[in-house]
This record gives sequence, structure tokens and C-alpha cells, in this order.
Amino acid sequence: MKSFWPTVLCLIIAINTAAQQPPTSYAITNVKVVVTGGKVLEPATVVISDGLISAVGSKVAIPAEAMVIDGKGLVVYPGLIDAFTDIGIQDVSIDGAKQQQFVQGPEQRPATTPWLIAATVFKSEDKRIETWRQSGFTAILSVPQKGIVAGQSSLINLSGEEAAKAVVKPKVALHLSFQSTGGFGTFPSSLMGIIAYVRQLLLDSRRYSKVRAAYEVAPQGLKRPEYDPAAAELAEILEAGLPVTLIASSASEIRRIITLAQEFKIKPIIVGAQQGYEVANELAACKCPAIVNLKWPEKNPNADPEADEPLRILRLRAFAPSTPAALAKAGVKFAFYSGGLSPKEALKKVKKAIDAGLRPEDGINALTIWPAEIFGVASQLGSIEVGKIANLVVTDGELFDEKTKVKMVFVDGRKFEIREAQKSKQPPEVDLSGKWTLTLNTPQGQQDVTLDLKMAPDGTLSGTISSHMGTIPIDEGQVSGTSFSIKANLSSGQRSLTISFYGKVDNKELKGTINFGDLTSEFTGRRPEVER
Amino acid sequence: MRLILLVVLVVTGRVLAQEEIVIRNATILTITSGTIEKGSILIRDGKIAEIGNVKEPPGAQVIDAAGMYVMPGIVDCHSHIAITGGVNEGTLSVTSMAGIEDVIDPDDIDIYRNLAGGVTTANILHGSANPIGGKNAVIKLRWGKQAKELLFEGAPPGIKFALGENPKRSNFPPPSSSPRRYPATRMGVEDVIRQAFVDARKYQQTWQQYRQRKAAGEKVLEPKRDLALEPLVEVLEGKRLVHAHCYRADEILMLIRLAEEFGFKIATFQHVLEGYKVAREIAAHGAGASTFSDWWAFKIEAYDAIPHNAAVMHEYGVLVSINSDSAQEARYLNLEAAKAIKYGGLSETEALKLITINPAKQLGIDRRVGSIEVGKDADLVIYDKHPLSIYAVVQKTLVDGKIYFDRQKDIEARREIEKEKEMLKKQKQ
Repeated sequence: MKSFWPTVLCLIIAINTAAQQPPTSYAITNVKVVVTGGKVLEPATVVISDGLISAVGSKVAIPAEAMVIDGKGLVVYPGLIDAFTDIGIQDVSIDGAKQQQFVQGPEQRPATTPWLIAATVFKSEDKRIETWRQSGFTAILSVPQKGIVAGQSSLINLSGEEAAKAVVKPKVALHLSFQSTGGFGTFPSSLMGIIAYVRQLLLDSRRYSKVRAAYEVAPQGLKRPEYDPAAAELAEILEAGLPVTLIASSASEIRRIITLAQEFKIKPIIVGAQQGYEVANELAACKCPAIVNLKWPEKNPNADPEADEPLRILRLRAFAPSTPAALAKAGVKFAFYSGGLSPKEALKKVKKAIDAGLRPEDGINALTIWPAEIFGVASQLGSIEVGKIANLVVTDGELFDEKTKVKMVFVDGRKFEIREAQKSKQPPEVDLSGKWTLTLNTPQGQQDVTLDLKMAPDGTLSGTISSHMGTIPIDEGQVSGTSFSIKANLSSGQRSLTISFYGKVDNKELKGTINFGDLTSEFTGRRPEVER
Repeated sequence: MRLILLVVLVVTGRVLAQEEIVIRNATILTITSGTIEKGSILIRDGKIAEIGNVKEPPGAQVIDAAGMYVMPGIVDCHSHIAITGGVNEGTLSVTSMAGIEDVIDPDDIDIYRNLAGGVTTANILHGSANPIGGKNAVIKLRWGKQAKELLFEGAPPGIKFALGENPKRSNFPPPSSSPRRYPATRMGVEDVIRQAFVDARKYQQTWQQYRQRKAAGEKVLEPKRDLALEPLVEVLEGKRLVHAHCYRADEILMLIRLAEEFGFKIATFQHVLEGYKVAREIAAHGAGASTFSDWWAFKIEAYDAIPHNAAVMHEYGVLVSINSDSAQEARYLNLEAAKAIKYGGLSETEALKLITINPAKQLGIDRRVGSIEVGKDADLVIYDKHPLSIYAVVQKTLVDGKIYFDRQKDIEARREIEKEKEMLKKQKQ
């Protein structure tokens, strides 16, 4: 009797701990394993222990402590990598001292912060981490993009944990931006000025390490070299052989980067590369990897439909999605990045590249093992092999099939269930098809937004949202009973924000709340008045 | 036997590699050695091989130019086409580190449009926002080629200077957030240029001393390289041409005095609308002048212009050219040249020289282009009427013996382009 209570207590503690602490080991059995694009084991078991993949194969021992997941009908892929983002560092401003009002010359090192490492300023609160993870992305390259010598990118796992735990590789590549600011503001403002500045900076950096070394050996009797932190940091980066990411989309931009990279003696990674189909062989010849922007060029929905468009624009629009196939054929190593799209949209755009000739297995490789190789982490990430980080995505079908759903995601061996999009519990009681004029009460006053909706019999909504700012497509929408929800993604450049509307239909009026990033406001909506 | 075979192979190989074109039955305006009626030109491997009444080699491509006129391709001595990411690095007073060569845009449609106006070579200049601007690039309009393939091989490098209202920012108030840039007066412009050359001289000496000490076996650290001063040292050493934007007589004299003080020569005064007032001094210095025909009064410093400017400067022995400074005007530089006949009474040949051999000389490329002579590049324009006629239309433009613009083919291609556009639009995008 005496020994009873401690046992119960232990049991309670054990249960409690089990409830709070997720398992450290999983075994997904009976599952189709896509080891890398094109290499499949089926059926097989994947065992995860302590954050790593500990076993893969058809006959593997399942550890006693492993939580077993029956993977029948499921497919497990290596976790996807978004190879160029600002996730986690979007709001990081460049060093205040560098935002000089008026730069007198290159020696003031304008917009030059090579010491800025994404991992050191990474914020795990970024809501996009969860959004990306839910679509199967388990790691990102987080890239500082402000300034000319913007900083160093880091490869970070999307576990949602702080940098100390999430960072896989803190220094992946240096990011150089040739984006001209234009105007006559501060040096350098033009493309030729920026290139000239970078040329001078690289000369100075290479000289600085020589001078500094000579001085340190025998300082006595020598004039002390000036302290130049930008040159010093850059010299170290160059000596370490870090590659350099540079944005170039058109064939002539890519050629310019190849030429400059040879002159500057840097290893370039071409970011954007949408006209890569024209220069695939040149990229192969210089062994330059590419990170291809998945946001294929599209006609601006607000453009004048009557306006004539030049042939080169139409060609670029038609042929850009054939770039991945051309790169693969030429033997160029490449990866994909979402380029301001939502991760779901980004995967749809990979499908477009497949339709344009890319082998589906290479579509997988360009999201997994190839970025891992480009970033020098292929022994840690990118395939389902023993000893690698347990970043996995489990789906109920082929990755690029539109009907496929992500069922669960593992990051660093931690399991994340995917919240199913709220499906209609009740059949729709109203038909919202057609146009609605919404009046929003915002801090800037009342604003009008037009919804142009189409409702399927099961209540699924599609269509567009328009305001004076432009028109965007609806990503997700649902009517359930008399309630409705609508979501859309607004992206500009690297930034992306979700707009969502929730509300009810009441006596032919819409009433509800709109969430726009962190902002919330109320709205009412009516059918637009018919012109008489 | 083997040797014979080898010779045969070499000979046939050579013949096969040769691209031969004959332009026949044309009125040939050679510019430097008169006009040939019903003449022909043989082009071999991109160069002019024979002129006059040439024997047509078998297999040569023949262009029958009966009733048409052939002249050298136009050289535009002041152009801003094919530049990407800004024509000016206008933030500092001296931006000689910047260079056009880095930012050539081979996709600029103006290259093709200028070809359609008979231009084959253009001096692509940095803008005039600062007293010492960026380095130029002389390009051939090889439409369809890559940026580096457009560069005119062996053309002497140059740099843009600017005097007067633009560099002192008279008509361009700075944004309220930034302080007013020095200089703000013509005195200041002179000071900036003088100071830059004082610095350049010092920089030149630093390197000379370094090289001497190194040659003497001393262990010395290489001096810091300064990409803004290096081009100015080249100017001092006569290795880089100065193309100076200017309007007023006083500033022209100022720059001549300054250049002579430092021992270099101005290659061209650009715009130089008051050049007629100081033509004698420009000629004595040995500078060229590249002006407009009748474009003026667009700002205070451009009010004292006269249409006779080109002719007057020519009379005083200045090497004169007429430039476009405009992607649009570059398409009818032949008519701009014709105005110098009406205003100033130049001969037809003298007028055509303003847009061919004279700018070629100003840019130091006259051994290659600017006239129809044996051994020169086959950069040619074929007009249906005399190029000084308002009715003349360019039929074909050749660069290095290759047809880059063909009016007939252009017209035919339009239908194909429309067809392709329709097809691409129909594709689900």
C-alpha cells in the first residue's frame, strides 16, 4: 500500500510529460518514399530519431519509443526549400549609420553592410514561417536585400524556433544588389555608378587584407592603416570563397553578371533568371548556378487590354516557364524561389515549368537537393537519407498534382499537423455570385473595394478583389450557411501579405471584418447600384 | 601529293570562309575621294575590298543598287541610346569611375531604329549632370549581338565633361532632403575640374614613384588604386579623349586654358552652340566641335545659337561634326547635315563629312570608318535618293559587311511578327 502512491504519481508525471513533450522518434511505415527526384522506394519505412533521419528502407527496425504513423496511401518527400526569401528578416533595417543623407564618395561605403548576417537578425515570429511550412516548405534561404552590399544570407529551418535552433548554415552567400535608385540623390544612384562602386570596393578589400597583414607582422615604424570594417569583412568573405547572389532576369542582365563576375573573381549565383532559356549554355559554361523566380511574368490585369505589346514581352511571357527545362538540359544547377508568390501558388508555377518540358523529378530536385547543393548543405538536407536532418513533407499524392494535400510536415524531426482549410460544414444558403461593393472603415477614412465572385454549388468562392490600387485574384473562399470567408494574397516584390474577409450575409447585405496584415477593420457590402 | 592536297584544302577553306558581297550600279559617295557614278563595291570578310568597277566573284551576294546612293555609315558623335540603369551618375561632381561599357543594353530598340536611319557607329556618352562625368563607349550598331560585341574594337577610350548650367544644376533643383551639390556656379565648375586634375597629377606621381622604387628593388607596398583618378591620368597622358558638353563662349575658353595648363587636349566640344564666337581659339587648340544644326533656346545658355555655327567653325578650320543627342533625331542626321548647306553654304561633300569622316576623326576611328575606301570596314548605307534630299529613305544599312537593316525585309517581317504575336496571345499564359 505504501508503494502505491509514488507509482501513481510517477504515472501522472509520465502522462503529463508525454502530453507536453512531443515524441523524439517517429516511424512512417508503408509509405512511398521519394528519396530524391526520380528515386523512389515503395513501400518503405522512414524512421526519425532526435531530429535526424535514422533509417530508410523496406526492412528497417522500428525503435520501441517511435510513434508509428501508418503511411498507407501517402508519399513522403524531402522537405522543400524556398531558395531566396526575406522571411524572418523583412523588417530589418540596414545600419542607421549607413543611411547617410549625402554620400561624398565610395570611401564612405554607402549601403554596404557585409557584416549583416540574416541568422543574427532572424525573427521566428514571422507569420510566413507557418504559411510556408503548411505547403511543405521546411527551409528557406533568408537574404538581406537592402543596400548594395546587402549582407550574408542564411539557411534556416522553418521549425518556428528561434535562430539558435533553426539556423542550419549562417553564412551561405553574400548578396550584392545592382538595383539602381535613380535620380540624383546619393552616390551611387545609377547602375554604372553602382558597378563602379563595387569594383572600387573589391579592389580596396583585396588590398586591405594585404596591408593589414603586413602591418600586423611588423607594426613598428609603419603608418597604421585606416580601419575599414566594410573592406575587412568583405575581404574575409571573399577569402572564404562564399558565393555571391545577384539578381539578373533578362539574358543581357545575366550576361552582364557573368562578365562582371569573371572580372571581380567572384562565384555568382544568378537570382531571377527568367530569360535563362536564352543563355542556358552560357550559364553551364561558367558553371553558374541559378535560382529561378517562380513568379512567371504575366500580363498586368490592370493593363489596357487594347494596348499593343512588343513581341519580346509576349515571347518572354510564353517562354519563361521553359527556363527550368532548358537549364536542366544544359546541365545548369538550379533551384526555385517563390518570388513574392504564396507558397501554394509557387508550387502551381512549378507545374507550369513541368508543362513546359521540365521533368517532374527535376521539379522536385530543384526544390530539395539542388538548392542544398548550391548552398553547400547537401550532406545535411535535400534528400531522404540516413543521417540527414529530418525535414520531410508527407502528402496524399504527387507533389505537383493540384488535388494533392500536404498531410504533415517534419522540421528538425518535429511533427507539424496541417490544419485543414475550414471546409463548409453546411451547404450554402445564399448565392454570393456577382459583384459586391464593400465599404471599409479604415484609419484613412472610408474606402471602397469591389468583389467579383463566382460561387460553386458546394460554396467554394473564386473571383477577384479590386480597389483603386488594382485587382488581385482570390486564393481561397467559402460560403457556409450564411457565413463566408475570403482570402487573397497581396504581394509586391519580396513582400507578401494576406487579406482576409470574414462575415455574414444579412438581408442582402454583407457585414464582417477584414484582416490585412496586422490591421483589422469592419466592412459592409451591397450589390452595386445598377445604372439606369 | 599531300602538299598539294593541303594547299587545295587551305585555299578552298579560305574561299569558303570568305563572305563576299557586291553592291553594283550605285552612285557611290566615297566622301574622301569623290563620287563614282554607276560604280560597284566589293566587300570581303566585312571590309571594303575594291571600289569602282569591280569584277563580281562567283558566289558573291549581289545587291543591285541601280538608281541608289551608297555612302559611309553615319557616325553619331553624341548619343545616349542603349544605356541601362541611368544615363547620369549625377550624385557627385566627379564620377569618372563610372563607365558606359558596364551598362550597354543590346536590346534597346533605338539601336535598330538608328540603323534604319543609316547610323552605324555611335559615341555613347554619360550625361551632363556633373563637371566630370563617366567614361564613354563607342559602339557599332550590331543589332542582335551581345553587349560586349557592340563595342567598337580599338576605339580610343573617352570621358564626358560638362560645363555650364547642367553641372551647376541651374535647372535641376535638388530634392529637399539633400543639400545643394557643389558646384553651383561656372567658377565652381572650373574649380572642380582643376582640383580633379591636381589630384590626378599627384596620383600619377605616387604611382611613378612606386614603380621607380620597385624597379630599384625596394620593398614597397602598392599604392591604393583610385578608379576615379585613373581615367584622368589617362587624359593627362593623352590616352583618353575628353568630350566636353558646353554652350557658352566663355566656358569654352575656360576649358581650353585649363587643358593647356595641364598639358592635354580637348578631343571634342559637344553642343558648343557659341562655338562660332571662339572658332579661332577652338581651332588653335586643336579640338573638334560636335554641334546641332538648328536646335537651341531650350535654356538660357542656349539662346545665342545660330544655324550657321557648323559652317562658321568649319571656315575657321575646326573639325566639325553634327550629332543627334537624341534617339529620335539620330534617324535623320543626313537631313541635319543638309541644313549646313542652306545655312553657311557648305558643299554637299563637306556637309556629308559632318556626319561621317569628321566624327570618325573626332573619335579616333577614321582608319576604320567614315569614308568608302579600300581596307576600311564595310559600314555602308544605301539610300534610294541622294542622302541630302528630304525624300531619301534608307534601304539597307551594313555594318562590317553584314546587312543589319533591310527596309524590304523589315516590311515583310512585320506580317510575320503580327502572326507570331497573335499566336503568343492566344496561348494560355
